[in-house]
Amino acid sequence: MNTEIKKTERQGAVLFTEYERGIAIKKAVSMNREDILYEIKMSKLKGRGGAGFPASTKWMLTAAAVSDKKYIVCNADEGEPGTFKDRVLLAEYPELVFDGMVIAGYVIGAKEGIVYLRGEYEYMLASLEDYLQAMRDENLLGKNIGGREGFDYDIEIRLGNGAYICGEETALIESLEGHRGEARNRPPFPVTTGFKGKPTVVNNVETLACVTKIVQNGGEWFRAHGTDKSTGSKLFSVSGDCKKPGVYELPWGTKISELLKIVGAENTKAVQVGGASGHCLSKDQFDRTLAYEDAGTGGSIMVFNESRDMLKVLKNFMEFFVEESCGQCTPCRIGNTKLLEGVEMIERNDFTFSYINKLKELGRTMQVASKCGLGQSSPNSFISILENFKDEILNKGNGGSNGK
Amino acid sequence: MLVVEKNALTEEIEVLVEKFGSDRSSLLKILHEIQKKHRHIPDFAQQEIARLLDIHPVEVFSVISFYAFLNTESKGRNLVRVCQTITCDLLGKEALCNAIEREFGCKFGESTKDNKFHLEYANCLGLCDQGPAMAVNERVYTKLTPEKAVEILNEVK
Ligand SMILES: Cc1cc2nc3c(=O)[nH]c(=O)nc-3n(C[C@H](O)[C@H](O)[C@H](O)COP(=O)(O)O)c2cc1C
Ligand code: SF4
Ligand code: FES
Repeated sequence: MNTEIKKTERQGAVLFTEYERGIAIKKAVSMNREDILYEIKMSKLKGRGGAGFPASTKWMLTAAAVSDKKYIVCNADEGEPGTFKDRVLLAEYPELVFDGMVIAGYVIGAKEGIVYLRGEYEYMLASLEDYLQAMRDENLLGKNIGGREGFDYDIEIRLGNGAYICGEETALIESLEGHRGEARNRPPFPVTTGFKGKPTVVNNVETLACVTKIVQNGGEWFRAHGTDKSTGSKLFSVSGDCKKPGVYELPWGTKISELLKIVGAENTKAVQVGGASGHCLSKDQFDRTLAYEDAGTGGSIMVFNESRDMLKVLKNFMEFFVEESCGQCTPCRIGNTKLLEGVEMIERNDFTFSYINKLKELGRTMQVASKCGLGQSSPNSFISILENFKDEILNKGNGGSNGK
Repeated sequence: MLVVEKNALTEEIEVLVEKFGSDRSSLLKILHEIQKKHRHIPDFAQQEIARLLDIHPVEVFSVISFYAFLNTESKGRNLVRVCQTITCDLLGKEALCNAIEREFGCKFGESTKDNKFHLEYANCLGLCDQGPAMAVNERVYTKLTPEKAVEILNEVK
């Protein structure tokens, strides 16, 4: 049986460290905003939601935008299969996330912060609301926060309604505005034209938690962890065939083989890095490192051992995308259906190699022609699983039933 | 729908509009509350929400139809959603679902005869480290066995 990791057992160098709510807020409001931006720039913090955009650039653009209103949005939609680190941060380390949101508001000049919490996490809502109330009682939210004259800011939690696409930042904004969660064309970007047309920072839960630690300990300190291009640490959501699934904080640059050892994975055949929209790696690639410059990821790591049927894994992912495509653009709407049909043909042993190659070509077209990240990344699994597990799937007949 | 029911619904929506404001950005908050209470969003509620937010009823319908958690038709009183995504699948989701189907005499995608449960599959619930996972309305249950899942459902009122 798997046993759950307790908070007291969590170990890490950056996020899973001692912290008391308000420390970084109080420090921030005694600094001027340029100095905080400088620290974040020094830290080289990149977005933890998947895309890896530099946090300081996003903040500087929003800070520089002239507008009567600005917004901070914390993206807690966490819908990528195999991802649950934001759940752990919100449940066990809300101080890091909310303090980061307050600091973001201070730096860019926003008065309102919104948490977009996935509907599936509604069971956390009441305790998070209580937490925000406690912050108000301590003047960490509300008026003249931390004694800083004129710094007024509050946080509201909004619930999602069961749509993976709403994690995409422009679809998320559409949803907040009361519309269907359909991705917008970019540009314009949310930094200039976001919620209600106002400059908006959308950051992942973990990115905001990192900000709190950077303000507390400095950008140089943060940068000392990880690699040159991937600074700090990363929370990995590890699931699948291993003894100790759960959330692990590891430095960027950790090898996949090292991670497998830490989580007690044996006889591993495949590791899916980055969730359904990520890539599936085979044994010969386990010496690759988890880092933006190598195997980059929002943190989902799914482990599959030798007994697993990789075609079944792929089918599960493609069914997910067919269901979750918002249907706005053709490459994604039709493309994912075609890819799933291809998987079913292989399953029935009713395929030709030339057609499978055509589907891979279609996948590459989707990667460039789809309107948003969903359609651009959904072919990743299809292509990587069929290439890395070709022998099992295509050369054995009947989809590699592994003798079952 | 009876006139008294209609009046009650109107009143309920008015209270929500009062609470959240009549801006379009309140729409999903209002829909969420109605869905939670009635387990669906009746036609009449859609019309009333549209009237009070000053938008077309088709707009309201179009938004509802987009989101998995919102629906216009009444389903069972309790929504059971079992995670069908890969990790839970590997951990035995199928045995779980089979047991539930046998026990309650109803397939996934349908409601039980007494309308007590509506069974659905869900995509990853963010509990993959503790699968197989299932949600019953707003509550979640983890590390389920077929027996445990059935027991939990038997305890639901
Ligand atoms: C289909 C899709 C789903 C996404 N889901 C999430 C999500 O659940 N959480 C998240 O933080 N970012 C998600 N993103 C990325 C966001 O669009 C955005 O890049 C991110 O929130 C920015 O924050 P960061 O810079 O702090 O990473 C998703 C993107 C796509 C295309
Ligand atoms: S790529 Fe897919 S999810 Fe994104 S806009 Fe197009 S259809 Fe919608
Ligand atoms: S796969 Fe079931 S909760 Fe994530």
